[in-house]
Amino acid sequence: MYMWIFLISDAFTFSSLIIAYGALRHRFADIWPDPDLVFTHFPFIHAHVPLMYVGLMTFILIMSSVTMVLAVDAGHRLKKAATLKWLGWTIVGGFLFLGSQAWEWYHFIKGSPEGAYVLADGRFARTDYLEPGILFFNDGTRVVGAEAEALKATAVKNIIGANLKENEYGNTPLFGDFFFFITGFHGFHVFSGVVLNIIVFIMVWRGVLERKKDYELVEKVGLYWHFVDLVWVFVFTFFYLV
Amino acid sequence: MTDMHHEVVSHASEEKAHSALNTKTIWKVFWILLLVTVFEVAISFTAIPKVVLIWTFIALTIVKSYYIVGYFMHLKFEEVPFQWTVLLPFVLIVYLIFIALYEGTALGLIPG
Repeated sequence: MYMWIFLISDAFTFSSLIIAYGALRHRFADIWPDPDLVFTHFPFIHAHVPLMYVGLMTFILIMSSVTMVLAVDAGHRLKKAATLKWLGWTIVGGFLFLGSQAWEWYHFIKGSPEGAYVLADGRFARTDYLEPGILFFNDGTRVVGAEAEALKATAVKNIIGANLKENEYGNTPLFGDFFFFITGFHGFHVFSGVVLNIIVFIMVWRGVLERKKDYELVEKVGLYWHFVDLVWVFVFTFFYLV
Repeated sequence: MTDMHHEVVSHASEEKAHSALNTKTIWKVFWILLLVTVFEVAISFTAIPKVVLIWTFIALTIVKSYYIVGYFMHLKFEEVPFQWTVLLPFVLIVYLIFIALYEGTALGLIPG
């Protein structure tokens, strides 16, 4: 009951963040980066593979939600060993997700070798690490060869990677700001969830189920964990798919 | 008497929740969530117009939310007044989406 009240308020916080993101993306639609051209990395693959990595992260989180339901189900039947097993797998899933997110943040911040250029005429041109020498614009046009070199030579600025003030993905700091804030806020929720899961794991291990004949603890932490999964479903849609 | 009645009801609903969420149902929900996500990723690479894609993604997100909140968070098996208590506040979110998009469009009319 009290967990539900907290989750409703937390859902309001996340909704506000995502709606603010939507309103500003709507406002700057002409210069907003296409997510398919930003999140293209996958470990050990030297090619553009948009969506696959976040798809994998989504799979990890859904899977950990399933192990959590199984933990709650085992707790309901007061089966200590089964509760510990499934709770343990949920903690593993949580760490896998956090690790994946750290990897994604690393690549987002580090960026590509050449980054992007703010040209003398004010236009914003990105480079492609798989095709050195080309410049491409948000409207899809590409410039190659000597023409591209000339534009680079007169460029006002070269941006590599991303921080809160500028990023190589688009000509607005808002894209990076929202990325860091929303995925960061969600990641912090996942981290808190892993900590809570570990605490409950230790309590169950030390025999709280037998003592209290009640699995409320597992149930509550389970609700929180599914909520974190639910938020990711929305982040996945509005940050990566749309 | 009322207390006793309440206890019987809540016990019954708890039993209902337990019986409805057996391992088979859990895995069924898992496959639905996975297939919907795979489908979303697959259609994002097709040449379907962006507007159609966006509305499909939003609709499918709501489908996924239904399964996560309804089954995993077992709201589907709670008592009806509790379901309303949880869901009704989100009318305000729909209102906020309306305001924000309206304002976002207005912002677009301001140069700079």
